[in-house]
Amino acid sequence: MPDPALAPHFLRTRRGRALIYQALALCALVAAGWFLWHNTAENLAARQIRSGFGFMRQPAGFDIGETLFAYSSRDTYLRAFAIGVANTLRVALLGIVLATVLGTLVGIGRLSRNLLARGLCTAYVEVMRNIPLIIQLFAWYLVITELLPAATEPLRIGPYVFLSKSGLQFPFPDLSGGWTLAVPEVGVFGITGGAAATPEFLSLLIGLTTFTAAYIAEIVRSGVLAVPRGQTEAAGALGLSRVLTLRLVLLPQALRIIVPPLTSQYLNLTKNSSLAVAIGYPDVVSIANTTINQNGQALECVLMIMTVYLAINLVTALAMGWYNRRVALVER
Amino acid sequence: MPASRRILVPLVAATALALGLAPPAFAGKTLDAVKARGEVICGVNTSGPGFSSTDSKGRWQGLDVDMCRAVAAAALGSGEKVKFVPLNSQQRFAALQSGEIDILSRNTTWTLTRDASLGIVFAGINYYDGQGFMVPKKLNIDSAKKLDGATVCVQAGTTSEKNVADYFLANNMKYKSVVFDTAEAIQSAFFAGRCQVYTTDMSDLAGARTQTSKPDDYTILPDIISKEPLGPAVRRGDDDWFEITRWTLNAMLEAEEAGLTQANVDKMKAESKDPAIQRLLGVSEDTGKLLGLDKEWAYRIVKQVGTYGESFERNMGPKSALGLPRGVNKLWNHGGLMYSPPVR
Amino acid sequence: MDPHAHVEPLPARTPPRSATGMSSWVRANFFGGPGNTVATILFGGLLAWALPPAFNWLAGNAVWHADYAACRALDHAGACWGFVTEKWRLILFGRYPYAEQWRPLAATAIVIAALVVTAIPAFWRRWLGWLWGAALAAFFVLMSGGVIGLTRVDTGLWGGLPLTVLLTLVGMGASIPIGILLALARRSELPLLRSMATLYIELVRGVPLITVLFTASFVFPLLLPQGMRLDVLTRVALGIVLFQAAYMAEVVRGGLQALPKGQYEAAGALGLSWWRTQQKVILPQALTLVIPSFVNSLLSTFMDTSLVTVVSMYDLTGALRLALGDPQWRNFFFEGYVFVALIYFTCCFAMSRYSHWLDHRLGRWTRH
Repeated sequence: MPDPALAPHFLRTRRGRALIYQALALCALVAAGWFLWHNTAENLAARQIRSGFGFMRQPAGFDIGETLFAYSSRDTYLRAFAIGVANTLRVALLGIVLATVLGTLVGIGRLSRNLLARGLCTAYVEVMRNIPLIIQLFAWYLVITELLPAATEPLRIGPYVFLSKSGLQFPFPDLSGGWTLAVPEVGVFGITGGAAATPEFLSLLIGLTTFTAAYIAEIVRSGVLAVPRGQTEAAGALGLSRVLTLRLVLLPQALRIIVPPLTSQYLNLTKNSSLAVAIGYPDVVSIANTTINQNGQALECVLMIMTVYLAINLVTALAMGWYNRRVALVER
Repeated sequence: MPASRRILVPLVAATALALGLAPPAFAGKTLDAVKARGEVICGVNTSGPGFSSTDSKGRWQGLDVDMCRAVAAAALGSGEKVKFVPLNSQQRFAALQSGEIDILSRNTTWTLTRDASLGIVFAGINYYDGQGFMVPKKLNIDSAKKLDGATVCVQAGTTSEKNVADYFLANNMKYKSVVFDTAEAIQSAFFAGRCQVYTTDMSDLAGARTQTSKPDDYTILPDIISKEPLGPAVRRGDDDWFEITRWTLNAMLEAEEAGLTQANVDKMKAESKDPAIQRLLGVSEDTGKLLGLDKEWAYRIVKQVGTYGESFERNMGPKSALGLPRGVNKLWNHGGLMYSPPVR
Repeated sequence: MDPHAHVEPLPARTPPRSATGMSSWVRANFFGGPGNTVATILFGGLLAWALPPAFNWLAGNAVWHADYAACRALDHAGACWGFVTEKWRLILFGRYPYAEQWRPLAATAIVIAALVVTAIPAFWRRWLGWLWGAALAAFFVLMSGGVIGLTRVDTGLWGGLPLTVLLTLVGMGASIPIGILLALARRSELPLLRSMATLYIELVRGVPLITVLFTASFVFPLLLPQGMRLDVLTRVALGIVLFQAAYMAEVVRGGLQALPKGQYEAAGALGLSWWRTQQKVILPQALTLVIPSFVNSLLSTFMDTSLVTVVSMYDLTGALRLALGDPQWRNFFFEGYVFVALIYFTCCFAMSRYSHWLDHRLGRWTRH
């Protein structure tokens, strides 16, 4: 039995030191937090900026170009933010679906035996991954607004679908009254009626899709390549064609490897949709930007944007986590 | 020591050194800071023809630019001691609040909300404006009441955004808004045809029209849907600097009222017997002392920058590229709204 | 069986298709099977339809001089590279004073040279640190001036490629030590440190860079004591550093997790304290393991700096938008974007190829 008189002082033991370090860290954190809080309070008072979330109940006073549900400039800031969140989700969900489809196709194309297909897909992946997204968005936006015809003389695709500088306009069920189909028609200022995919939405969607699809293509390709060669050889021995091998043997097993990095690409797409503020699409960041400019309450608005994105990230991560567990290897 | 650590330590040290070389901070009044720094930092528009723009050699000119040069001439002795910081409509108030700039002279509208809740205060009005609409001529629109259903380009966070929403609501018209954060982006979208209507202050519309290769294809509608008094703003709580800015503008108006010009001010200073002119130019009285300046403050303003009328004619008058009429910006005794309290 | 009976050999069968040589390569890659053939026809047709006009537009009909009249006459039948010839200095150097633009050129060249030297593993010695210190000092002296006879140029005027390079290097350089500390804190046994580090990392990784830039732009001035102010460049650089630190922490944590426990135990057996263990045993191995990931982070930081155009800083992308503000040349936006995209592509492609090469090369030493 060790002699208790020889035991070291508590503060010299591991537990003691751990306590000291944590106490010091806590003090430092609290001091820093107090310092920042104090400065903020002083600055807000000096500049006479209101604080608190009371402004959310005030009428917004500005209009929003694209709304999923009814909104007018007399509605509150809270409703404006809700519209922003709805717009973000709209472009993120569509983007995720389209990017997955395109990315899988391009990834499989990179594995093709055909040199042209392989070369084109490789070129696509390399070009898209090495050019910043914001440049791609600006380029798409300028291409769409400069090269499409004016809204008063649109390109007609079929009887009711119009493509012009005001975007893609198509018939959509009118949910407000009855179940009629709202059909777009050409008027003095362009096209009224129906639903519209504005150039801002289109360029954001196309930009995000093509950019993220390049990363997803790489993930799919490395996932398929990571399946042991024996699987491919066994499938060949069974007489399966390449397409059937891919579909029945390789992709299902590759899913396990693909899903975690795919999750982070989905999260990246959602976060990248915040670049909408650069091309004028009214997502939640853009609306927060306008709000900060109208009433100066930067702290509250930035906190709200961060909360929105963290919530979306959490939900996506949970959903993909559930899917991941479903496709995981069931060990003996 | 591994390679990455060998790189890291000097890299971090150099970075810390560089960041530490950020310009020194100033606690205290703006006038002291300006004098110590030796220049006035003026927030202007990234591109506002007539108000603040750069010519091909990079020299700033415009009505707002002249305002800042006048303040610098009064406070520091020379209208060249100004640094111009171009700001877009998102950054302008934050830059003034944070101390990054001393004066915001950026064709900003004076409203209650801005005066009372942003920590800034407006020192005067140097241009009475109103909001209007610009449309392509081929749409054959002659009145704003016929704009129902149009797509309207407007700049985010400006009074124009709110005014157009109010106007269309009041007249039971619908519109689709396309919003950008810089004037260049909006003009680019409007001239590309993305939207059919561009709405902002009338002076801005005139300036924007000079920026396209085919100005005659666009018409500015005659309807004025709001009051837009534009003027310089300074931080709240600094009364001395506020007074200097306010009285600089007033001195320019008083000088025009008294008949002074950049050309004749020296002669008038030497020869004039008019007591008002003698007082203004510091010959008989020292009004500058009360503002914390010397007695020739107004003389320098007129000598280096000119009177309000000269500044207007030079930058946006009928002979300039903008070609705007003086309109309500004439002096009060010529039928306009420009009225300065007496400099005495 | 009569041993002398004449036995007719069976007729020779046709030899199997050759699997070597040019014709079989062509067959395998283009006409291997029905699907393969269809793909060749489809993509081949697509290329034949798209490539010649594209090449024609890019080079054949293009105007290379800064001749506005010729460009307008082209009317989009060919590329107007005259826009680039006219405006390349504005795009590459932003609003830096025209006469002094040799300085950002020299500064960028010095830093890129230092990067190239760092990239060669043969040069990974102690003096590399001093080289970087000298290179960065030279960069700041050349860009801001004020000493040795160079006129002072305010940071508000820095722009274009030097600004992109500066933000990338500062972002990476300052975020590495913070990231290492965060990673160590996250793996610490002290619950307070672990939870604080995890909270910070997960929070920052969950928000887009734009929100961090907005925070830097609008919120940082509120957090500073009254009267103190930081210029925009410093604030944005700080925002990028704090953002990258979280990603760097995850990269380093991956390296730390890959080390076998035996290293810790051996260090403990030698009597090394916790800090000594990290300094002498753990971090050298962990950081060497994740060098390829560092290069990937550098690449992503380089691409992320293009976002500062949203807070109105004129990096390469922002300077391009500035150049496009000229109403005369505004119609030739596509050529401008192709030029800038080409610059980014060259740099990023080179970095990603280097990262692959490095991974391959280091893998030979560190894989067991």
